Amino acid sequence: MDRFVWSSGLLEINETLVIQQRGVRLYDGEEKGKMDVGILLLSTHRLLWRDHKNHDCCIAMPLSQIVLFEEQAGGIGKSAKIVVHLHPAPSNKEPGPYQTSKYSYIKLSFKEHGQIEFSRRLSEEMTQRRWEHMPVSQPIYTSTTSQAGRMRAVGIVGIERKLEEKRKEMDKNISEAFEDLSKLMEKAKEMVELSRSIASKIKDKQGDITEDETIRFKSYLLSMGIANPVTRETHGSGTHYHMQLAKQLGEILLAPLEEQGGMMALTEVYCLVNRARGMELLSPEDLVNACKMFEALKLPLRLRIFDSGVMVIQLQSHSEEEMIASALDNVSEKGSLTSEEFAKLLGLSVLLSKERLLLAEKMGHLCRDDSVEGLRFYPNLF
Amino acid sequence: MSKQLETFKTHLEEFASKHKQEIRKSAQFRVQFQDMCATIGVDPLASGKGFWSEMLGVGDFYYELGVQIIEVCLALKHRNGGLITLEELHQRVLKGRGKFAQDVSQDDLIRAIKKLKAMGNGFGMIPVGGTYLVQSVPAELNMDHTVVLQLAEKKGFVTVSEIKTSLKWETERTCHVLDDLLKEGLAWLDGQAAGEPQYWLPALFSELCSRDVTPEEASEMVP
Repeated sequence: MDRFVWSSGLLEINETLVIQQRGVRLYDGEEKGKMDVGILLLSTHRLLWRDHKNHDCCIAMPLSQIVLFEEQAGGIGKSAKIVVHLHPAPSNKEPGPYQTSKYSYIKLSFKEHGQIEFSRRLSEEMTQRRWEHMPVSQPIYTSTTSQAGRMRAVGIVGIERKLEEKRKEMDKNISEAFEDLSKLMEKAKEMVELSRSIASKIKDKQGDITEDETIRFKSYLLSMGIANPVTRETHGSGTHYHMQLAKQLGEILLAPLEEQGGMMALTEVYCLVNRARGMELLSPEDLVNACKMFEALKLPLRLRIFDSGVMVIQLQSHSEEEMIASALDNVSEKGSLTSEEFAKLLGLSVLLSKERLLLAEKMGHLCRDDSVEGLRFYPNLF
Repeated sequence: MSKQLETFKTHLEEFASKHKQEIRKSAQFRVQFQDMCATIGVDPLASGKGFWSEMLGVGDFYYELGVQIIEVCLALKHRNGGLITLEELHQRVLKGRGKFAQDVSQDDLIRAIKKLKAMGNGFGMIPVGGTYLVQSVPAELNMDHTVVLQLAEKKGFVTVSEIKTSLKWETERTCHVLDDLLKEGLAWLDGQAAGEPQYWLPALFSELCSRDVTPEEASEMVP
């Protein structure tokens, strides 16, 4: 940690921020630093760190100090880390948080994750070495090393060897995995082609295929994740699975819908349902396909798409006229309303209250006053 | 076809038994996996009931991420109008996932967002300055709006003269686009700036110079 210097944290001209990650703690070798948790920043020239509470406490280190780095996976109770091996500090270094250190490496502990992206970017910067051909106005001290005269602590060579081995091992595992993946994909490709030929056969002899066989085919496509090119008319892309889902939704959504005034945005429903499930979650498309079947299954809910593209689930019992009439009442009572005010009044989300006002406007009951101060609705007296 | 399906399922099970962990642990593997599926015309995330999801567990990973993304966007909408940088979204989602969850890459987020589009509600991504702005409200953003957002990306704000100079627009077009952004809550007007008024985009406020605002505070700030 004695390679760091105090810094204002301001970037120089020609120095660009590459990525930043909060929730990082610095270790001096194996020892937890005297610094708290903070934000780690990577620029084209330096590695910076700023204390998350005390923004004045900021330290920096040129990237040229870095010999190599390795990733250390996290575990139970342990955050993932990046171990950065460093060249010795140059003699003309500015003051920093540590005068000396017995370690030639630091650890970056990612308490709030983000190590994947950070590692990727750091790797890119270390490869590109942009600091070498993008000079900055204030000379960031560079370590007194050159390609030829690299002074290395004995340990570094050993670490490099270990890293190389680890890399080879990982490459072997990955290539095995990729090889298996490629073989799997070949088989999947066969399935796709098979499904295409069946699909075209179905299209040709529309009359001869039974409803049952079509439904079965659709569920095959669903299992494989192949888009259904054929029978989009009957129940959309619905399958037995979606029918079951629709019935389940029909039950679990009744209470929440009532609470929310009869209408919920589909994204809200998605979160609600998946949070409740915990595992074996629904995909967005599963949800949409299930909702499309409400009408056919005579369930008391409907999927509705507004002009704006917003998709909602609506209680069948909530008649359109009722909603519009009550919107008109509310607006008339208050003289005028914005979507935010209306939302607060009804305890609805701003998005849905806006849709209701727009609907009432479409039916001619309200008219708008559109200015930079916002969209306000008035009763239509024309 | 059902026999072929059974055979395939067996192959997939075999693959899963050897490499299921790889999918969860390696972002790189996920990217490779997704790309290969796309090449052959298969969408492993289409359904939670698909083989890929059931046996490899890819589904739950991305669908849960989808929930987390929606929740972050909803929580911040009052502040940034429904527009957020991919970086900020990434940070906040990571924070929300907590210490014991798997790390996720930006590529993971992008794929989860692509799936969310199926549910309407205008989830989209706008390229700006090397990254993306994630849009989570159905605001109609056309090319004019997008190019102004991209112009504003460097400093977090933009002025009428900057737009006129850089993009060679007339005043009317410039003001129209800026008014749209104000109306949608994507831009805030600083009328007290030295020189001419500045149009700031909360979505582009960096970590370093902003603090969280509650919905009540936000509504007080609207002009």
